[in-house]
Amino acid sequence: MSGPDDAVLELRAVHRTHGAGPAAVHALRGVSLVVRPGELVAVMGPSGSGKSTLLALAGGLDRPTRGDVRVEGQLLGALDRRGLAQLRRRRIGYIFQQLNLLASLSALENVALPLELDGVGGRRARAAALAALTEVGLPALGDRFPDQLSGGQQQRVAIARALVGERRLVLADEPTGALDSQTGEAVLHLLRRRVDAGAAGILVTHEARYAGWADRVVFLRDGVLVDTTAPLGSVEQLLSGSDR
Amino acid sequence: MSIRHGLLALLERGQMYGYQLRAAFEESTGSTWPLNIGQVYTTLSRLERDGLVRPLPESEAGQRPYEITDAGRADLALWFATPISRNDRPRDELAIKLALALTTPGVDVRSVVQAQRSATMRTLQELTRLKYGSDRPEDLPWRLVLDSMVFQAEAEVRWLDHCETSLVRHQPNRPTSPPPRPPDGGTSDGARWADEEARR
Repeated sequence: MSGPDDAVLELRAVHRTHGAGPAAVHALRGVSLVVRPGELVAVMGPSGSGKSTLLALAGGLDRPTRGDVRVEGQLLGALDRRGLAQLRRRRIGYIFQQLNLLASLSALENVALPLELDGVGGRRARAAALAALTEVGLPALGDRFPDQLSGGQQQRVAIARALVGERRLVLADEPTGALDSQTGEAVLHLLRRRVDAGAAGILVTHEARYAGWADRVVFLRDGVLVDTTAPLGSVEQLLSGSDR
Repeated sequence: MSIRHGLLALLERGQMYGYQLRAAFEESTGSTWPLNIGQVYTTLSRLERDGLVRPLPESEAGQRPYEITDAGRADLALWFATPISRNDRPRDELAIKLALALTTPGVDVRSVVQAQRSATMRTLQELTRLKYGSDRPEDLPWRLVLDSMVFQAEAEVRWLDHCETSLVRHQPNRPTSPPPRPPDGGTSDGARWADEEARR
């Protein structure tokens, strides 16, 4: 088994406390987690257990009160604002329940936007955006505006935007929230495929059916990781029953 | 179910002998419901006794095919038309186990819930991986069987989450020593839960 050197994401003894004194809320209490390339980890737990805090810390959207967060070996706490913003734009993809697509931009422009913000030239950004739209099965709908797309198609565009370019860490927060079960599965298919191609992923979900797509499921309660499932074997091992 | 109705449904496609039936049954349900040849022959002889199938002359290779009778067809049509009743299924051992865990001194119910949830979640992951690996059109019957098991496992995880939340709400400082006897006429939450489970 490889060491944490090749980890895409590493959280080490991470604490996150909001407020101080007796009114302090301990959102996370000493959470450690390593996610490697090709690994999708699902995070489950009741409301208020710290799932979204964990995701925000992993994505550099929030800073831990104590402990270290590293993405591809880079200690997020050691980066200045500009460095952190750059890492977020280039290496981390976010998929939220709220799609946050810009209504005045076409699907292709929405997907190309993070690259253009990062200084990538228009033509290259559009080519990468088209590749991402192709990856999610919408190569022909790049000219459409969000209000001309179905809910499922909009979610795919949002996923393409999260995957565009060289993102090695994909963070998904209840990405199947408002979707029917077939469309929800399609979203997990896309996430799974990108992870199988070498990215690392974290999926926060309260639906066990979707967590089933992960290689490992961790359970959070009151800010503490209380349990984790054992790694899965191959399909052949599962079919032969020799995996246990 | 009934392996009976499974075999009748397969014979509705055409006559088959025992090994063919077993292979076709497993093809329909993937590896989720392995069937041994003894079960197939026992079931066939009961179906024959009830007039739902009839044996045909043995082939030169010594295999005896069976065909479905009109009575068998009627029985099969009735099965497809009748919803499955949950009351027909055996009692849920897990629910009973948790109810007993709540009222048995010295049992850490949260650990029981967590261990079960991890195991069920793991099953769910395995089922999902099998499903992910089978997306050919001819895999559809198997995928639907897997889906059924996925949804059942999901329901179990949700129920376990619910149990955990209920435990936190009703027994914030549950002692691990024998609980005090409830006052006359009253019942503890655990006992009440056990009562409800028993009534299910």
